[in-house]
Amino acid sequence: MSAKTETAPSAPQRMRPVVGHDNREWWDHINEGQLTIQKCKECGTLRHPPRPMCWKCQSLEAEHMPASGKGIVYSFVVIHKPVIPGYEYPLAVAVVELEEGTRIVSNVVGIEAGDVKIGMPVKVSIEAVDETLTLPLFRPAS
Amino acid sequence: MPTSIKDECAIVGIGQTEFSKFSGRSELQVTLECVEAAIADAGIERSDIDGMVTLSIDGSDEIAVMRGLGSQELKFFSRVPHGIGGAMSLVHQAVMAISSGMCKTVLGYRALNGCSGNQPKASAVGGPLSTDQVHWGWYNPYGFSDPTSWVAMFTQRYMHEYGATAESLAEIALTMRKHAVNNPNAMFYDKPITSEDYFNSPFIAEPLRFYDCCMEADGGAAFVITSTERAKDLPHAPAVVRGVAQGAAADQEVMTSFYRDSITHLPEYDLVAKQCYEQSGLSADDIDAAVLYDAFTSIVLYQLESFGFCKRGEAHDFVKGGTLGLDGRLPCNTNGGQLSEAHLQGINGITEAVRIIRGTSVNQPKKNDHVLATSGFGVPSSAMILGQSR
Repeated sequence: MSAKTETAPSAPQRMRPVVGHDNREWWDHINEGQLTIQKCKECGTLRHPPRPMCWKCQSLEAEHMPASGKGIVYSFVVIHKPVIPGYEYPLAVAVVELEEGTRIVSNVVGIEAGDVKIGMPVKVSIEAVDETLTLPLFRPAS
Repeated sequence: MPTSIKDECAIVGIGQTEFSKFSGRSELQVTLECVEAAIADAGIERSDIDGMVTLSIDGSDEIAVMRGLGSQELKFFSRVPHGIGGAMSLVHQAVMAISSGMCKTVLGYRALNGCSGNQPKASAVGGPLSTDQVHWGWYNPYGFSDPTSWVAMFTQRYMHEYGATAESLAEIALTMRKHAVNNPNAMFYDKPITSEDYFNSPFIAEPLRFYDCCMEADGGAAFVITSTERAKDLPHAPAVVRGVAQGAAADQEVMTSFYRDSITHLPEYDLVAKQCYEQSGLSADDIDAAVLYDAFTSIVLYQLESFGFCKRGEAHDFVKGGTLGLDGRLPCNTNGGQLSEAHLQGINGITEAVRIIRGTSVNQPKKNDHVLATSGFGVPSSAMILGQSR
């Protein structure tokens, strides 16, 4: 048998991101291990999530600059229900405010979900969560 | 308001992109490019656009277009069904909105990767992804895919900034349940709960507990609206529309507008409130009762502030001591609301508001000159004020 057969994942997997024209570069950088922020080439405005047009100057030209990955928890939730296969509960989800000023939604890991606090310093940790998905997660900054 | 739309409106700008078999960019970008061209052709400012119309099948949400143009306020948005049958309907919708004073300048658009997006190779270059699909793709991978958790994210920050506690959320939950206990149509009919029940109920998404969440339901509600003149000859006391408005605001997302300077108020609710009060000539002081969208307890706090019943950050104190009960300043959700009558995505708020005006609510407020009814939280929203026939 030379044909490559597809097998079902051995464990339930996280839901996938949706990657298209407007965010492919951002996800490419994540897969390379780098958190970036989309930056308008005309006026320098930073924006996240990435989008095709700058809302300040309407330029369609953008680039991605490396982010320091440092930020604080701006708000968060601790999810108990509904329980979705592929995730561990209680599950901490946060809006992280990066030191560059943009915000990003992700999980806070490496800490009991119940110990997450607003204002807590965190740092990005780009991790392979399964065989085919890499996500920027956040861990408490020491 | 004109009695005919004849000569009331004119198309003043047009724009387009190149037409090809392969655009090589997202449908959203193609949309933004043709929209920019039309605005430039019209010689207007982007901020002049206060309405948008497109086809229901279009993949670029109005609020995604807004976030490209940097729009601050959108007062009219409407989509037309049935695909290719809808093109001229875009003009029709716009003319109605402008003639009736709902907005001044409407942008109509429709853009698609109708060739490349339908080819198998398209999946490798992005395909015809809708802005809505891409939007959820920022949240689903983190298990952040449930309305309770999205609302909890706003609520946590609100409680942090304003010192609100679960006592205020409990007050709202218990008041709505109390109303539902008297309503034979409510899912919580004759099922009272206590404060102890509330605090013992499990967390769904902290800080929201089970009793902070609405009752998912099957069901329907409907209404008939006609001219006030015609209404005079009909059997029931008319519930006259004093004001009705839509609103989407700067950096609007669907349930996840977390990127604005503040997430402890929602400018789309402010915009809807402003229009309703301007149209009606009324203020919060004139509102005798309300049907506020309450899929979750905490979102009532946001609305009480946006609609001017108290100052920003003070709703959590305002609701204490029975304010939203029948004997309080603002009898609220006398049917039990989405929380305890049924979650029908707000449509039962319309029927209850009409009952309050007629004087036939199962929990009838003593005063019913004007009733406010509102719609969903964290999305482009809407509201209306109903009043008695004069």
